[in-house]
Amino acid sequence: MKPAPFKYHAPHLLEEALSLMNQHADEAKLLAGGQSLVPAMNFRVVQPSLLIDLNHVQEMAYISEDKNALHIGAMARERQLEFNASIETRTPLLHEAVPFIAHPQIRNRGTIGGSIVNADPAAELPVLMLALDARLKAQSISGERWINAKDFFAGMFTTALEPNEILVEIELPFMSAHTGWSFMEVAPRAGDYALMGVAALVTLDENGKCTHAKLVYLNAGDGPVDAKDAAKSLEGETLSDALMESAAAMASEKEINPFGNVHTSPEFQRHLAKVLTKKALKQAIQRAGGAQ
Amino acid sequence: MTHSITVTVNEKEYTREVEPRLLLSDFLRHELGLTGTHVGCEHGVCGACTILFDGESIRSCLIFAIQADGHNITTVEGLATDKDNLHPLQQSFWEAHGLQCGYCTPGVLMTLIPFLKQNPNPSEDEIRHALSGNLCRCTGYQHIVDAVKLAAEKMK
Repeated sequence: MKPAPFKYHAPHLLEEALSLMNQHADEAKLLAGGQSLVPAMNFRVVQPSLLIDLNHVQEMAYISEDKNALHIGAMARERQLEFNASIETRTPLLHEAVPFIAHPQIRNRGTIGGSIVNADPAAELPVLMLALDARLKAQSISGERWINAKDFFAGMFTTALEPNEILVEIELPFMSAHTGWSFMEVAPRAGDYALMGVAALVTLDENGKCTHAKLVYLNAGDGPVDAKDAAKSLEGETLSDALMESAAAMASEKEINPFGNVHTSPEFQRHLAKVLTKKALKQAIQRAGGAQ
Repeated sequence: MTHSITVTVNEKEYTREVEPRLLLSDFLRHELGLTGTHVGCEHGVCGACTILFDGESIRSCLIFAIQADGHNITTVEGLATDKDNLHPLQQSFWEAHGLQCGYCTPGVLMTLIPFLKQNPNPSEDEIRHALSGNLCRCTGYQHIVDAVKLAAEKMK
């Protein structure tokens, strides 16, 4: 239960980190918060020969906003997100969901970028990135590119990043004033991995009709699962109980693909998804100013 | 290859040579002899190794000692001035029987120090939520919750 030996570099500048990644992409791992990597190293499931520690790269730990979007450095800690006033007003869905990530002791170290790149299907942040239409900035020594969240998650613990690229920034468009939100999950104990979870967004027009909806699930497949058909079925409609019931059925029976684990069967996960979807939609509609 | 690090632990400065793979929990216990920090699961689930890192609670088994270079650490040994003058939080655990075997206790205390600072009047729900990252296999948590309530009173 101790990590295998490795070499260690702790650059202070992003530029140095990029050049180290370029030289050692095949053998190196980036160390962000370490809250998933270090346990995996303790178990020797992961044995990198080189760790590039990003914790001294101050230029990657910001949270700022411009006219339309939040800009979050990949090394911003989850605890920073939790208490950030811009996040609370601009993306209340994220503000509501961050306390569901593990425990304060973990959030004090864990980073937004680390959790996104780890791409654990049971993690909250990848789901939130899809729900909020995040754009993710990847950088390497040869330049930078922006990747939409929907193209970023490529399967179980897998992303669209090239081996020499570092995720450096997360851009989150502000949620509109007419968008209601909800984040719900069911876990055996507070802070444990959830058996099932959903992020719901509903945008209503002045007549109370739904113009846009989003339903994204965690622990429901080999990455964050965007139930597009269920969300589409709500758009252009006045959201009745019957309509929400059918959307919840569509998402939980057809669109998600939960595997089950030692705590739950796939059938129970589907049941939870259905119940959570209905509850989350109701809360989101209410927050969008609707009648429910 | 080893690296030289300088760490302040309980207001005392230590300089040591460490291998990068040495966990901070093992550094505290084996290099500094501060065995109050307990090691349970070594993958961040049990909370027994919780310490304060620059004043914030973290798992010392999920960070390498080398990352603590230049940082300020408090372990359970840093709470009481001496054995006759326990920290009010420790005194409350004593009085309310907030421990049985004591294995989880140092981690529980180090979780609660920042919690009570941020939340000096916690409800029972908030206390239980704050304790969710620390496993205790003896007490059933009830007396721990009582001890936290007592501590909140004492620390006012």
